[in-house]
Amino acid sequence: MTAQERRDAKTGYLALSPWMAGFLVFYAFPILATLYFSFTQWTLVDRPVWIGLDNYIRMFTRDPLFVSSLKATTLFVALSLPLKLVLGLMLALLLNLKMPGMNVFRTVFFIPAVISGVAVSLMWIWFLQPDTGVVNTLLSYVGVQGPYWFWDLHWALPSVAIMSIWKVGGAAIIYLAGLQNIPAHLYEAAEIDGASKWRRFWRITLPLLTPTLFFQLIIELIDAFKIFTEAFVITKGGPLKATYFFLYYFYEEAFRNFNMGYASALALFLLVVIMSCTVFVYRTSGRWVYYEN
Amino acid sequence: MRTEPEQAPAALSIQRQLRRSAARRRVIRAMGHVLVYALMISLALLFMLPIFWMASTSLKMPREIFAWPPEWIPSEPQWGNYAEAFGKYPLARYMLNSAILVIANIIGGLVSVPIIAYGFARFEFPFKHALFLLMLSTMMVPGHIKLIPLFWLYQKLGLVDTYWPLILPAFFGNPFFIFLMTQFIRTIPRDLDDAARIDGAGAWGILYRIIIPLSRPALTVVVVFTFVWVWNDFLEPIIFLRDWNSYPISVGLAFFQGRYSVEWHLFMGATLVSIIPILVVYFFAQRHLIGGLASIGIKG
Repeated sequence: MTAQERRDAKTGYLALSPWMAGFLVFYAFPILATLYFSFTQWTLVDRPVWIGLDNYIRMFTRDPLFVSSLKATTLFVALSLPLKLVLGLMLALLLNLKMPGMNVFRTVFFIPAVISGVAVSLMWIWFLQPDTGVVNTLLSYVGVQGPYWFWDLHWALPSVAIMSIWKVGGAAIIYLAGLQNIPAHLYEAAEIDGASKWRRFWRITLPLLTPTLFFQLIIELIDAFKIFTEAFVITKGGPLKATYFFLYYFYEEAFRNFNMGYASALALFLLVVIMSCTVFVYRTSGRWVYYEN
Repeated sequence: MRTEPEQAPAALSIQRQLRRSAARRRVIRAMGHVLVYALMISLALLFMLPIFWMASTSLKMPREIFAWPPEWIPSEPQWGNYAEAFGKYPLARYMLNSAILVIANIIGGLVSVPIIAYGFARFEFPFKHALFLLMLSTMMVPGHIKLIPLFWLYQKLGLVDTYWPLILPAFFGNPFFIFLMTQFIRTIPRDLDDAARIDGAGAWGILYRIIIPLSRPALTVVVVFTFVWVWNDFLEPIIFLRDWNSYPISVGLAFFQGRYSVEWHLFMGATLVSIIPILVVYFFAQRHLIGGLASIGIKG
């Protein structure tokens, strides 16, 4: 190593030191500690008691709530994720058209994505009221009796999914950034070769957008698994646990019932599920994600 | 295109044909535009409907809110509802709390993220690539896994029911921002660094005089996203805060929903007011957002 290289390395490590400290405190320690706690029985006030695999045995063999919350979460992911990805792309393609006034639409569609959380949940409770809500009123004009939405056993979960699709502008804006990175000369060349619009989309836009799609898929996947606030504010997990999502179950076990040991096992399980999905997507990415160079 | 008198008749007719087909293309194009606009406008109206309904409800009289058929626009807008909402719920207090959290988190991000990203983007050292991958992989670690150990830790340190648990992490760099900023710095030509170095600037001088001023778009993303995330955050405040008076607006609203769930006219007004700061920040920053986010697509 030359003196210059040594100096570079020193500056580099120094620059990274805040992140490294943060990694130890906010990632390494919590994950290892959660792993340890998951083998204990612990209520936060006493000392953790080692009980081996008992938490996991309970989780996998005799916990109906574990099964139902996992089912609800999986269903939510399966409903909302593909719709959000496809509709987000369609919206981005529209917004990417070179027409005057598009930035106004861009602003409008992105608004739902920035006001997520409690405010959106409250707005939607009111919006989807069975009797006096806007949606059911409009449906009644065309002679359709609207469902009870959040208050119906079968409609509650789809309602939460619909609400999350309302935020599709967030996905669209990321796609839009990706679309604007595609060099214009590719389209010009394709146009000279007489390629149709449809063909240009499949042969240029989509392949060059796959890195963005990949990024988006992972981010949205993790996000969908973490669904919590909406259920907490709107349905309280009901009706009949229809929207009792996994993270909600974890929250109640940990911070309502103070079963920290069991909650740690739940938390770790969700981490493993999310990581496996991510790794799976990552593994397949070589086959469908296209990188230039 | 001009027609010159000395041109051959064949060339003239080709020119005429070209002009005609160009005109046809223009008509098709215009029709396409009208269709796209019609589609976009109806979609936009549909998307804004929940917000419109919230605004409309916030201006109604109590007896109007459950009326059927509902009134789309209240006949006599009750602007006094807002004063009543502010008088009844400590909204101003909650929004101030949120503002404090937002500002502290933004400061944390602006202090830490550029330094860390600069290290990744501009210096060569052993294990850099491995550390970068490790940093990226933490982006995929869901936040819930930290809650129990950190709650335990904060309790030991006596920090539960203070703002520290909600502020401290920002000072150690959010991995998404670090990634974004690293990618952005890589797009800044190194010639500029070299020029500054010749002028006698050290590594940190280059960061503060060249890199940070040129990273405006990426820093805007840091500021805006931090604002939105912290303002909307719900799970961490309900875990780490106990005292009602210290609640941010998100928790405050949810809390009132449980207690006053019939006063929807006041409630929708409060919700609307709670999202205004986010909308204002978004409107001012959106021009820079796309440029800042575009760097994600560049392969690292």
